[in-house]
Amino acid sequence: MGQIATPATGAEKTRTALDRAVIRFAGDSGDGMQLTGEQFTTESAWAGNDLATLPNFPAEIRAPAGTLFGVSSFQLQFGSQRVYTPGDRLDCLVAMNPAALKVHLRDLKTGGLLIVNTPAFDKRNLDKAGYATNPLDDPTLAERYRLHKVDMTGLTHEAIKDLPLNTKEKDRTKNFFALGLVSWIYTRPLEPTLDWITKRFAKNKDIAEANTRVLKAGHAFGETAEIFGEHYAVEPAEMTPGLYRAMTGNRALAWGLLAAAQRSKLPVVYGAYPITPASDILHELALHKRFRVRTIQAEDEIAAVTAAIGASFGGAIGVTASSGPGIALKSEGIGLAVTAELPLVVLNIQRAGPSTGMPTKTEQADLMQALYGRNSEAPVVVLAPATPGDCFYIAYEAVRLAAKYMVPVLVLSDGFLANGSEPWLIPDVTTLPPIEIQFRTEREGFFPYLRDSATLARPWVRPGTPGLEHRIGGIEKQDVTGNISYDPDNHDHMVRTRAEKVRRVAQEIPPTSINGPATGDLLVVGWGGTYGSITAAVEQAQTAGKSVASIHLRHLNPLPPDLGHILREYRKVLVPEINSGQLVRVLRAEYLVDAVGFNRVRGLPLPSEEIYEAINQLLGSTP
Amino acid sequence: MSPSEAGAKEAPKYTKKDFESDQDVRWCPGCGDYAILSAVQKTMPDLGIPKENIVFISGIGCSSRFPYYMNTYGFHTIHGRAPAIATGLRVARPELKIFVVTGDGDGLSIGGNHMLHVLRRNVNLTILLFNNRIYGLTKGQYSPTSELGKVTKSTPVGSADRPVNPLSFALGCGATFVARTVDRNIPHMDEMLKRAAAHKGTGFVEILQNCNVYNDLAWNVIYDRESKVQHELRLEHGKPLLFGPPDDRRALIMQGVTPKVVRAKDVPESTLWIHDETNVNAAKLLADLFAPDFPIPVGVLTAVEAPVYEDLILQQEQKAISERGPGDIAKLLTSGDTWKIS
Ligand SMILES: Cc1ncc(C[n+]2csc(CCOP(=O)(O)OP(=O)(O)O)c2C)c(N)n1
Ligand code: SF4
Ligand SMILES: [Mg+2]
Repeated sequence: MGQIATPATGAEKTRTALDRAVIRFAGDSGDGMQLTGEQFTTESAWAGNDLATLPNFPAEIRAPAGTLFGVSSFQLQFGSQRVYTPGDRLDCLVAMNPAALKVHLRDLKTGGLLIVNTPAFDKRNLDKAGYATNPLDDPTLAERYRLHKVDMTGLTHEAIKDLPLNTKEKDRTKNFFALGLVSWIYTRPLEPTLDWITKRFAKNKDIAEANTRVLKAGHAFGETAEIFGEHYAVEPAEMTPGLYRAMTGNRALAWGLLAAAQRSKLPVVYGAYPITPASDILHELALHKRFRVRTIQAEDEIAAVTAAIGASFGGAIGVTASSGPGIALKSEGIGLAVTAELPLVVLNIQRAGPSTGMPTKTEQADLMQALYGRNSEAPVVVLAPATPGDCFYIAYEAVRLAAKYMVPVLVLSDGFLANGSEPWLIPDVTTLPPIEIQFRTEREGFFPYLRDSATLARPWVRPGTPGLEHRIGGIEKQDVTGNISYDPDNHDHMVRTRAEKVRRVAQEIPPTSINGPATGDLLVVGWGGTYGSITAAVEQAQTAGKSVASIHLRHLNPLPPDLGHILREYRKVLVPEINSGQLVRVLRAEYLVDAVGFNRVRGLPLPSEEIYEAINQLLGSTP
Repeated sequence: MSPSEAGAKEAPKYTKKDFESDQDVRWCPGCGDYAILSAVQKTMPDLGIPKENIVFISGIGCSSRFPYYMNTYGFHTIHGRAPAIATGLRVARPELKIFVVTGDGDGLSIGGNHMLHVLRRNVNLTILLFNNRIYGLTKGQYSPTSELGKVTKSTPVGSADRPVNPLSFALGCGATFVARTVDRNIPHMDEMLKRAAAHKGTGFVEILQNCNVYNDLAWNVIYDRESKVQHELRLEHGKPLLFGPPDDRRALIMQGVTPKVVRAKDVPESTLWIHDETNVNAAKLLADLFAPDFPIPVGVLTAVEAPVYEDLILQQEQKAISERGPGDIAKLLTSGDTWKIS
């Protein structure tokens, strides 16, 4: 243990070209794995690869060091072709301690690259990870994987021994050694990370110097150490030309709201109560006061949604966000917005439940809650982004529809989309559809529930408009006049009218794009964050010659008008979801099709391999 | 002028009638809410605020039907949440004058949390809490202000929970304006409404209100002529705390750190407790006092200045805009790390 390979000088190393690679950095939550992964992501984006990421961290703020539940990891897949998912099985695993090895080894492909930080495999850490003996001493490990035992801690200290930092501070830079080494292995440019270090530690020259040196030491180690005989290159992917940036789902939602604020020329009032994984939207919006986004950190989720409703009543764009438990608390408020017929945007960043569940893990199990989770008949528009970058367009569209139809719009994002990032082609914002707000000011013929004939929307009146003083509320009202009414037929009429108004949003939905043949043996239908996994699996099946297509729903209520027709063009329909079968029930009920679910509820994205197997199984053949 | 001041433009000359809506009032005959409605409608013209800039927001309860009867903007919302809705509205539209109408159940049970936070934030709005010590709309269950041992449908052998005092609660939450008035005293209601409405920040007014159907004469101690004379303590800024019949005046004084009732003529003038609206600590002592052992304070307990929530939020926004200009999404999208693919 602890042996350091002696650097070999001058030996030229072979470089092998790869289409794609899946790598994962894993370590203690204090080891900086998220940062390492994010920097590797930036380097890969610079290299022109397409990519997808999957951060995975414990819910505990500072989980005890060395424990299994304290392991934090960051996975990404990058490639020279379209990359739809962060990948299922790993080509390379970096394990900074025994706990990381124990938790993640099972995902590494046989023959995969395994890089471990040897000094972390001491008695204490082995005990904490529950290893009776040191797994690095087990010869089968090196037989099954390409194992590289590297004294990262020692080499890190060696590289910066003369800097005036204490041992702990020096120790903390070792993630840059790992980053430098893996950057060399996959031929990544170091420039973006060097830039980042300079900017991030501008105020602390010693730390900047230490991180820089350690990064370079890791890189040089790969180049010179004999143990690494070959390294890899992943050529740039064919991507739509243009300016790109990395985008996470939560930031994209926030920026979509900013775009909507600017285009509608209205302030956004954003009510929120902190909850994982939605809090980052609040943090992001709070930075952008110049867009007239007013954030209210409310006393609870109910106050958050009702403050947003109060703002909408005032003629601003009321937005609230939460995750499952908080959305449950908001239901009564959403019902009020339904009957008051006010615009409201509700973002649900779904996480594994029920109750507290697994706050940092992803799930898609709030679809039924979004569609039906309120008392009485309280239909709302439901949208779901397909990728992190798509969150931008969905947030913008949510505001546009809410204001145009005077209706609440629920957005179902999830923990995977929220934290995952992708290279995102920056759009020309002038091409976004306009958000045209027309407040009613005309007194003549005014009634609070007079409806627009195309949208059925009632007029939006800003308090402060002379002559249009009126009262609205949660009690049932007579259509047109808005006066309180307990008339049975009026109630029936209003129930139908509120539903019809939501249904009319279907006229806004573009034709569904089909990935694959327009008719065939099997259609895979997905929604939300599973887009990548499904697309990868379907393309694999298509390459294998199967008659398979997929569609991905961004509109869940109302459903696209052409959906019923499309479903009937295939012999079989498969619906993969991270829940126990929610969309599949809706499709069966709405269209009387014999759709079949593929369901895994593990708090993780669906592996595309498993979807591929499910496709083959349903087609009645083995892969 | 602060961004949150209402009624910037000149109001026309209104009469009470201008504030009456065309809706039939549906409270029980004899309900104290009628008198409050009448007082509010009568006070409105004196506020000098254009009618279209006034909004009444309520929760749920008999009291919360109030907005329907006011010919202003109004929003009858959901149980307990009016303070939160009003907060959102103020943040969106700081030029509006907002009244929140709530009940003892609406404001202190289901909405207790929002009441706490609206008061501590000092959002610029006026809260009228109709305290009838009962759940009226749900037909007579005891409320959080009902006395211990209260016999109601839901507590046939008496309630087991001690009541909350709305004034003490409000002061404990950091309220900057706290007053009490009585539904049977129209001129006093009028005066308190004006004071509360003029306050910069949250003006909290407890209105002792009679529910003649489910809790008749719960406040009889201050309705009954005889008893009122004995117990009502009218708070007036700068005046000593004196009450009781003219021939037998009592003084409320502090003995050490304890309030005490004594005969006024038995104590030297220098020991009298002079009411000071700016002394929040004194207000906290007063808020807890009630008959029979103490007088019932009526009037403004405290009125102090403090930063207003939405003013601060808007100042931050205005500062950001004046320093760096309005936000531009196209610029934001291309800021930071980007790369070109050709
Ligand atoms: C969520 C919810 N829970 C319960 C109710 C039923 N409810 C309506 S009003 C009320 C109590 C109102 O009491 P208070 O606020 O004192 O008003 P009052 O009728 O006495 O004026 C209750 C429990 C409701 N409307 N909503
Ligand atoms: S139940 Fe009581 S509070 Fe409600 S309207 Fe009747 S008298 Fe008034
Ligand atoms: Mg009551």
